[in-house]
Amino acid sequence: MPVVFIPALLRPLTGGASQVEAAGETVRALIDNLEAQYPGLRERLVDQGRLRPNVSVAVDGEVSPIGLLESVGPESEVHFVHAISGGSR
Amino acid sequence: MSTPTYSVLGTRPIRHDGADKVTGRAIYGADVHLTGMLHGAVLRSPHAHARILRIDTVKAAALPGVKAVITAADFPQGPDRIVDLGEGDTPLSYIRGNVLAIGKVLYRGHAVAAVAATNAHIAEQAAGLIQVEYEVLPCVLTAPDAMREDAPILHEDLETTELGKKSGKVSNVAVHFRHVLGNSEEAFAQADVVVERTFDTATVHQGYIEPHNATALWNEDGRIHVWCSTQGSFVVRDVTACILDVPVQRVRVTPTEIGGGFGGKIPVYIEPVAAMLSKKTGRPVKVLMSRREVFEGTGPTPGSHMTVKMGVDKTGRMIAAQASLAYEAGAYPGAMVGPGGMCVFASYNIANVTIDGYDVVVNKPSTAAYRAPGATNAAFATETVVDEIAEKLGMDPMELRLMNAAKEGTRRADGPKYRRICCVEVIEAMKNHPHYSAPLEGPNRGRGVAVGFWFNAALPSSCTISVNADGSVNLVEGSTDIGGTRTSIAMQAAEVLGIAVERVNPTVVDTDSVGFTGVTGGSRTTFATGYAAYEAAQDVVRQMKERVAKIWEVEASAVNFEKGAFSAGEKSMTFAELSEKLGSTGGPVVGRGAVNPRSAGGSFSGAIADVEVDPETGRVSVLRFTSIQDAGKAIHPSYVEGQMQGGSAQGIGWALNEEYYMSPDGGMMNSSLLDYRMPTALDLPMIDTCIVEVANPNHPFGVRGVGEANIVPPPAALANAIYRAAGVRMNRLPMKPSAIMEAIWAKGN
Amino acid sequence: MPGKVLVNTTINGEATDFRCEPRQSLLECLRDILQLTGTKEGCNDGNCGACTVLMDGRPLTACLVLGVEAEGRNITTIEGIARGSKLHPLQQAFLEEAALQCGICTPGFIVSAKALLDRDKNPSEADIRLWLANNLCRCTGYDKIVRAVQKAAAEMRA
Repeated sequence: MPVVFIPALLRPLTGGASQVEAAGETVRALIDNLEAQYPGLRERLVDQGRLRPNVSVAVDGEVSPIGLLESVGPESEVHFVHAISGGSR
Repeated sequence: MSTPTYSVLGTRPIRHDGADKVTGRAIYGADVHLTGMLHGAVLRSPHAHARILRIDTVKAAALPGVKAVITAADFPQGPDRIVDLGEGDTPLSYIRGNVLAIGKVLYRGHAVAAVAATNAHIAEQAAGLIQVEYEVLPCVLTAPDAMREDAPILHEDLETTELGKKSGKVSNVAVHFRHVLGNSEEAFAQADVVVERTFDTATVHQGYIEPHNATALWNEDGRIHVWCSTQGSFVVRDVTACILDVPVQRVRVTPTEIGGGFGGKIPVYIEPVAAMLSKKTGRPVKVLMSRREVFEGTGPTPGSHMTVKMGVDKTGRMIAAQASLAYEAGAYPGAMVGPGGMCVFASYNIANVTIDGYDVVVNKPSTAAYRAPGATNAAFATETVVDEIAEKLGMDPMELRLMNAAKEGTRRADGPKYRRICCVEVIEAMKNHPHYSAPLEGPNRGRGVAVGFWFNAALPSSCTISVNADGSVNLVEGSTDIGGTRTSIAMQAAEVLGIAVERVNPTVVDTDSVGFTGVTGGSRTTFATGYAAYEAAQDVVRQMKERVAKIWEVEASAVNFEKGAFSAGEKSMTFAELSEKLGSTGGPVVGRGAVNPRSAGGSFSGAIADVEVDPETGRVSVLRFTSIQDAGKAIHPSYVEGQMQGGSAQGIGWALNEEYYMSPDGGMMNSSLLDYRMPTALDLPMIDTCIVEVANPNHPFGVRGVGEANIVPPPAALANAIYRAAGVRMNRLPMKPSAIMEAIWAKGN
Repeated sequence: MPGKVLVNTTINGEATDFRCEPRQSLLECLRDILQLTGTKEGCNDGNCGACTVLMDGRPLTACLVLGVEAEGRNITTIEGIARGSKLHPLQQAFLEEAALQCGICTPGFIVSAKALLDRDKNPSEADIRLWLANNLCRCTGYDKIVRAVQKAAAEMRA
C-alpha cells in the first residue's frame, strides 16, 4: 500500500504518526481514504476541489504538475510539500 | 554508460538575436512607439503605512495636456478569489491592491493613482497635482518587529495559516510551516559539537538595468494589446485579464526584448494601469518606471532573520539540525520562505531536522522572486555554521561537506528522497579545482567556500516548428529571451533535426501565437522550452519519415533518421532534400511540442572566494572567485558560464554592498544606482567557472537549469573568507565596511 | 513653458537638426524625437551608463546632457558604430565572446569601449575595468565583457 508522509503540522490529526498507509490509485483517492481514517485531514490539504495554495504533492520524490490527479503506485511514497513558485505571487 | 555524442549541443554558436542587440536595433519595452501614443505617470505613496482618506484629482485633470486620471476606484472591484497564475496560486486582492492601493498604502512607493498626458513631463507634473489626504499609521519594517504582539498590523483580515488551518487571531505572520524529520532535540544531546548562530540579511533588489515598462492599447472593439518587458507574457495576460475583469481571449501580450529580470519581472505592476488609461483616453498609453520607482515600487527579495543550529559527532557526521527562518514578505504575503525552508539543509544528509518558517508582512515593497528565491538567505546561515563546525573539529571544510553531502536516496527534511543529484560531484570538483589548493599569501587575506542548492522549476512550455522548402526551419516559442535562450532552445531542435543551428530561426511571439508557456524563470527555459522544442522536432521527424515512406513506398517504421539523413535500406535522403519535396508529398510539415515536465531536477553550486580585508577601512576586495555548478548538459557552454558569472556577481553584491537602507519611518534612503551599490567592473575579478555535467534523468538531453543556484553560495563563501582574513564571523548582510569594522572593534574589546 | 528650440548637430556622421524643449535631455531627443532607440535608459541620473554616447569623441551619459547642448556637436550613438553592413570589431567580439545576456547595457558598453580603444590600442585588464566602471551590467559579472574588449583590441591592432 502507498505510504503517506504526514507533514509535521498535521501529525496531531494522525495521533502523532509521521507515516501512514492509505489505499488509492490517485492522490485524490488516497486523500479520501486518509480522510476516512483521520477526519479533518482532507480539509487541511484541499480547498474547493484542489490542493491548497502553497501545497504541492510529491509522488516518489517528484513534485506532480497535476496534483490530485497524479497516479499513485502500490509502493509509492507520497509527500505533501511546500509549493515552489518562481515568484509569480 | 557511454556519453552520447552531439553535433550541436555543447558548441558555442553566435546567438540569433545577437546582431540586433549589438547594433541597438532590438526593440525593448521602452522602445515601443505607437501612433497617437500618450505617456503615463504613477503617483506613489510618500508614507510607509497610511490610510487613504481622500484623493482629489481635479487639479491634475485640469492641467493642459492631461487626458485621464485614474485610481483604484476605476477598476472592477469584484469579490476576491484565488487565481492560478500558472506558477502558484495567489489571492486576486493582493495583486489588485499592489497595482493601485485600495484603502491603505502599505509601503512608501505604493502606487496610488495614475495619469495619462501628451508627454511624460506633463504626466509627471500632473501626478504631482493629485492631492491625497492620508492618515499616517505607525510602520513596521523587519520580521522580528512585525512578529511582536504589539506590532502595527498591515492587513486587518490576515491570520496565520498553518497548513490549511487559521489561527483565529489577526497577525502579520501570514504563514507558519514546520518540517520535522527524526528527532532533532534528542539527536543534539548526542552531538559532540553544536553551533547555533543567528543571522540577519537586508532586503536587496534584483537590479535589472531596464526599468519596468508597459504600453497598452484598449481597442474600440474591446480587445486589449499590451507590449511590455516581462519574464512571463502569459502571466501578464492572465493577471491583466483578471484585474480588468475581461476574458483572457481579449488580452494579447507581446513580450518585447527584456533588459534583465532575475525574478523581478514576473509580477505585474503597470500593465493593467496602462490598459485602463488607454480605455479612458481611447489612445495607446505608455508607462515607464523611473529607477526610483523600480526600487521603491517593485518587488525586491526578502530581508530575513534566521537562527540555524547544527550538531555533529566527533567524526564530523551531521546528526542534528534546526532552523528558524523569518522572511519579510513586504506588503503582501508571499516571502520566499517556503523554498528557503526546503533549501536550508538541502546539501546535506541529516537524519534529525526541524525547520520552522514564517512568512511575515512588513511595510516594504511586496517582495518578488530573485534568483533561487529564499535559498541564498538560508545558505548564508547554514554554510557559515558549517564552516564554524569544520573549524571546531579541525577538519577541512570541503571534507566536512563531502562527508555529509546529500546524494540520490537522501531524505530531505521536507520529506521526499532525492532522485539523481550532483552535490557530491560539485563538492569534489571544488576540492579538485586548482583554485582550492592554490597558495594564498599575504596579510589580511583569506579563502572561503560554500555550497548551495536550488530546485529549479518545470512548468509548461509550448513550441512549434515549421519546415521550409530549403531545409531550414522556423521555431516559434513563448519564452522571453533574457540570456540567449533563443539559441539554447534552437540548438536542441537542431540536434534532433540534424541541421546546423543557423538553419533554425527561433522567434519569441505574443500570447495569441503560441501555446501556454510559463515564465522565463526558475532556471526553466533551456530545460522546459528546450524540451518542448525537442518534442516539436521529434514530431517533425515523425511526419517527415511518413513522407519519405510515401516517396520510397516503404513502411514509415522502416525509415531511419540519423545525423540529418533519412534512410531505408540503400536509399538515403537528407533533411534538406526532403524539405524541398514537402509541397508535392502532402503539404507543409508543422511539428508541435507541449510539455509539462514532472520535475526540473535541481542544481547544486559551489563557490571558492579569496578576499583581502583592509583592516583600516573594513573594505573587502575579492581577489579571486570560482563558481562551480552542475548543468546536467551544458547546451551552450558560454551562456552557462555567463549565468554562473552573473549569479556570482549578484551574490557578491548581495554579500558586500547591497541593501535597502531604510529610514525609521520606512523610506528607502538609497533608491538610486549611485547609492544602491551594485558591483561595477572595477569591483570584481574575472570569475572562473567549472561546469559539472551530471545528466538530468528528467530531460531528453539531461539538461538542468543553471540560472539560479550560482547565486546561493557566494555570500557564505565570502563570509567564510572574511573570517580567515580578518578573524571575524559575520552574521549580517551586507558585510559592508562599517559592519566589518564594528566586528573587528568588537573582537578587539 | 518656453517654445521649442532648433538644434543643429551631426549624428553618426550625418547633419541632423531637431526641435526640442529646452528641458529635454539629449537622451529624450535621441529616443523620442529622432527615434534612435538604441541608446537605452536605465536610471536617468547618470549612474548606469546605458545611455552612453560620444560627443566629439568623448563618452558621456546622454541623460545628463540637454538636447540643446548638442548644438554644433558631433554625436555618435550605437547606431553609428557598425561600418556600413559590417559590424565593428567590438560588436563582433561581444557576439563571439557571449558578452551580453539581456543586452540592455550592451549599447552603452560598446560605445564606451570604443572611446577607450580610440584612445588606447592596448589597454590592460585594469585599464578596461576602470574605464568601464561607468557602465553597469547586472547579467554577466563583466568577465566576458572585459574579454570581448581585449579581443576587439587585439583584432584592431592586427
